[in-house]
Amino acid sequence: MKTSRRDFIQKASLFTGVFTLGFDWFSADASAMEVVASTGRFNAFLSIDNLGKIILYSPNPEIGQGIKTAFPVVVAEELDVDWAQVQVEQANLDTKQFERQLTGGSGALKHSWDRLRKAGATVRKMMMQAAADQWKVDIAKTKTSKGFVLGPAGQKASYGSLAEAASKLPVPSEVTYKDRKDYKIIGTRVKGVDNKNVVTGKPLFGIDIRKPGMVFAQIVRPPFGATLKSFSADDVKKMPGIIDVVSFKNKVAIVGSTTYAILQARASLRCDYSSDAPLESTETHQKWFDEGMKSDKAQVMRKDGDFSAAIAKAVKVVEATYECPFISHSPMEPMNFFADVQKDSVLLAGPTQVPQPAQKAVSDLLKIPVEKIQLEISKMGGGFGRRLNNDFVLEAAELSSIIKKPVLVMWTREDDMTGGIYRPAARYHFKAGLDASGEIIAFYLRGVGINAGNSTRQDNFPVGAIENVLIESFDQKSAVTTGPWRAPITNFLGFAEQAFLDEVAELAGKDPIQMRLALLEKVKTKPVGKITYEPDRFEEVIKQVAEKAQWKKKPGVHQGFSVYYSHLSYVAQIAEVKVENGKPKVTKVTAVTDCGEVVNLSGAENQVKGAIIDGMGHAMFAKLSFQAGVASPNNFNTYRLIRGNEIPVIDAHFVNNGIAPTGLGEPALPPTGGSIANAIYAATKKRQYKQPFS
Amino acid sequence: MAINCTVNKKKVSLDIDPNTPLLWALRDHLSLLGTKYGCGIAQCGACTVWVNGEPMRSCVLPISAVSNAQITTIEGLDPAGKHPVQVAWDELDVPQCGYCQAGQIMTAAGLLKNNPHPTDQEIVDGMSGNICRCGTYHRIQEAVKLASKKIKK
Ligand code: FES
Ligand code: FES
Repeated sequence: MKTSRRDFIQKASLFTGVFTLGFDWFSADASAMEVVASTGRFNAFLSIDNLGKIILYSPNPEIGQGIKTAFPVVVAEELDVDWAQVQVEQANLDTKQFERQLTGGSGALKHSWDRLRKAGATVRKMMMQAAADQWKVDIAKTKTSKGFVLGPAGQKASYGSLAEAASKLPVPSEVTYKDRKDYKIIGTRVKGVDNKNVVTGKPLFGIDIRKPGMVFAQIVRPPFGATLKSFSADDVKKMPGIIDVVSFKNKVAIVGSTTYAILQARASLRCDYSSDAPLESTETHQKWFDEGMKSDKAQVMRKDGDFSAAIAKAVKVVEATYECPFISHSPMEPMNFFADVQKDSVLLAGPTQVPQPAQKAVSDLLKIPVEKIQLEISKMGGGFGRRLNNDFVLEAAELSSIIKKPVLVMWTREDDMTGGIYRPAARYHFKAGLDASGEIIAFYLRGVGINAGNSTRQDNFPVGAIENVLIESFDQKSAVTTGPWRAPITNFLGFAEQAFLDEVAELAGKDPIQMRLALLEKVKTKPVGKITYEPDRFEEVIKQVAEKAQWKKKPGVHQGFSVYYSHLSYVAQIAEVKVENGKPKVTKVTAVTDCGEVVNLSGAENQVKGAIIDGMGHAMFAKLSFQAGVASPNNFNTYRLIRGNEIPVIDAHFVNNGIAPTGLGEPALPPTGGSIANAIYAATKKRQYKQPFS
Repeated sequence: MAINCTVNKKKVSLDIDPNTPLLWALRDHLSLLGTKYGCGIAQCGACTVWVNGEPMRSCVLPISAVSNAQITTIEGLDPAGKHPVQVAWDELDVPQCGYCQAGQIMTAAGLLKNNPHPTDQEIVDGMSGNICRCGTYHRIQEAVKLASKKIKK
C-alpha cells in the first residue's frame, strides 16, 4: 500500500533503471549526478520512469489544509502534464530531500512556491532537451503539452520515452516559468487526492495504524501542577485484556490488547496526587489578569511618539477590555501515536505537524541517534495547531521503551480535552484618543497572557497610521500547557482589535470602512515607524468586500465589518445578522481574500469557509474553565462545537492577483469574530467583550 | 457466548465481552478501521454505521444489541466508491481532513435511503447530528442534494 521512500528507490532501480537527483540537485554537483543513474527520481518532488509513470511527492503533513493536493498541482503545472496522469504520494520524513517538512503558520506554499515551480520546469526543460537532441533540432523549436514533447516537424515523444535520456543530461541552471495566463491546472478546482480513499473508508489516519505485535495503551495524566503520589494497579493488572500498568513522569499507562479492555480498566484505576501549591482554577487566572494589567513589569513591544502626552490632549477617549479564555483544539481525531523502540532503533508513525522535531526529541529522550529513528507521516484528522506539540509522540516513545513492545497510544476525547495544550488565555486592554476632528492621535494596547509569550501583535494595523502608540505585553507562567491554536494569538486578538476599531469609528462618527481607508491612506503618505503590511493590498480587499456585500446598501440588514492581515494574506469580511425571536442570528458572511495566486480554487474555498466556521463557532460557543488544575468540560456534550444547522451562508471571493501564494489555512479566521461581533452590535447595540459571545 | 451478526454481508462471530461497543468490535476485532472514534458518547456521529439499515452510533451500542443484525460500515457501503453519496462527496470535494467523513457519508446515505428527495431543511436537520471540526458543512449539505439528484436518475 504505502511505499516508504527507501522502498521506492529500491523498487525503482529494480524495475526501471532510471534516475534521480538528490536534494542538492540545484547545484548539480558530481555526487548528486551519481545518484541520478540509479533511481527513478528526478528530484525531491517528482519521479518519471521509462514507462511514463509520474509520481509527485508531497513532503508536508496533511492536516486537512489541502497541501497534499496543492503542492503537486504546482509541480504538474510547470512540468506540463495532465493532472489525470500523475500519482501523488505522501513523502515520509526525509531531511536529506526536503527542507521544511512541517505544517504550521500557513507557510508551506509560501516557502515552496519557487522550489515547486523549479522542480517541474527543470524536468520539463530536460525532457525538451532530450527530444531536441534526438530529433537534432534546436530546443527552442520544441514545446510541450500534456506530458509530451512536440517537435517542429510534427514529432511527438512522451516524457516516459525520454526519461532515461533526459536524466543523463546536466541539470539546466536556468529555467523559465509559465506565464500565468497559460496555466491549465493552477487556479482551477482540483479535487483532494485522498478523496477516493476517504469516501471508501481506507485506513489512513494515526488511529488506524496497525503493526505486527502491536499493543494499545492509554495514559492517565495528572491535573496541571500535581504530582503522582501513588496508584493502585494490582486489580487493574488482573483484568482481562490488560497486559501491563506502568508509570512514568507522573503518568500512569494502561497497556492492553484492545481499546475496550483498557477503557474498563481505567474505570478501576485509582491515582493519588499531591501538590506543593494550590492548583490553578479560573479564579486564579482572573486574579493574574488583574495583577498583570497593573504590573509595572510589562514589556514594551512598540512605541511610536509619546502616547501619554497625546492621550492627555485627546478630546475623546475610548477604552475597552477583552477576554480570551483557554480553549481546546479538539481536532476530530484525538491525539495518538505509534512507537516501536528497539535497542538501537526506533520506528515512529502517526499524525504530527512537525515530524523533524519529533524525531529529534525522541532522539534526545532515548539517546538514540536521529539516523536510527524512522518516522512515517500518517494523514491527520485535523490539527489546528495541536499537533505542533510533540508531547504525544514522546509519551508513545517512552512507553514503548519501558514495555519493550510496539505500542499505539490512544487518547480518548476526554484525554484530548483535559490532557493539555490549550490556546493561551489572555486579557487585552485598549485605549484610543481622538482629536477634535475625530482623528486617532493616540493608541494603546496591553496584553496580559497566560503562557502566551507575546500576546500582542505590536505591528498590526492601524499601528503605522497613528503618531502615538504604546503596545505592551505581560506574560504569566502557569502549569496549564499551551501552544499555538489556528492563527495563534490573532484568532482572538483579531476579534478584539476589529471590535475596538468599530467602537472608535462610532465615537469618531465615522463609517468603519471609510475610517480604515483613511488610515491606510495615512500609512501611504505619512507612515509612522515600521510597516509590516502592504496598504494597497489591504485597500483592495476592503473595497471589494464593500462592493460584493453591498455595504450599508441593504435596508433592514445589520452588517459588521472587519479586515485582517495575517500569515502574509489579507482578508476583509462583512457579516450580516438578523434578529430572530429576540436573538441575533448570523445569516451571511462575505469574505474577500488576497492570498496571492490561488493554486487550487476548490481547496481555497474549503479553507476560507472552514476557517470562518471555525472562527464563528469558537467565538459563539467555546467555553473551558479550570478547577483544581483540571479542565472542564471534557467532551462534546458540554463543550459545544458549531454544527451544520448553525452556519451562515458564506460568500468567498479571491483577489487572485498572481503574487506568489501566501497562507490560507489560517488568515480567514482572525477577522471572523470581529465582523460578527460588529454585526451583532449593529443589530442589538450590545458590544461583545469576551468569548463565548453572549 | 459468542454473538453472531452479519457485517458488510459477511457472517461474523464475536466471542468477546458482550458489553463491548460495536465501534471497538469493528475496529479492534474485525479490523474494519473505516468507522471512526470521535467522542464515545453519541455526540459527534464519527462512528455512524447502519444496523439493519438504520444509521446508529456504534460507540454506544453494545454488541449484545446487534445479535443477528445486519451491519453495514463505510467499507461495505460500496467498496468501489460508486454509491451516489460517495460520488457526490468526491465530485464536490467535500473532505478537508476527512476524519469525520465516514460518519457523515453513512448518515447521509441512511437519510437518502429513507427519504430519497429531502428538502433543504430536511438535509440540514438530518445532517446536524454529525460534527465536522474542519467545517465542511456547506459542501456536506450540497453533496447530499447532489446525491439525491443522482438517485433520481
Ligand atoms: S464516536 Fe460515536 S458519536 Fe462520537
Ligand atoms: S473533514 Fe475534518 S472533521 Fe470533517
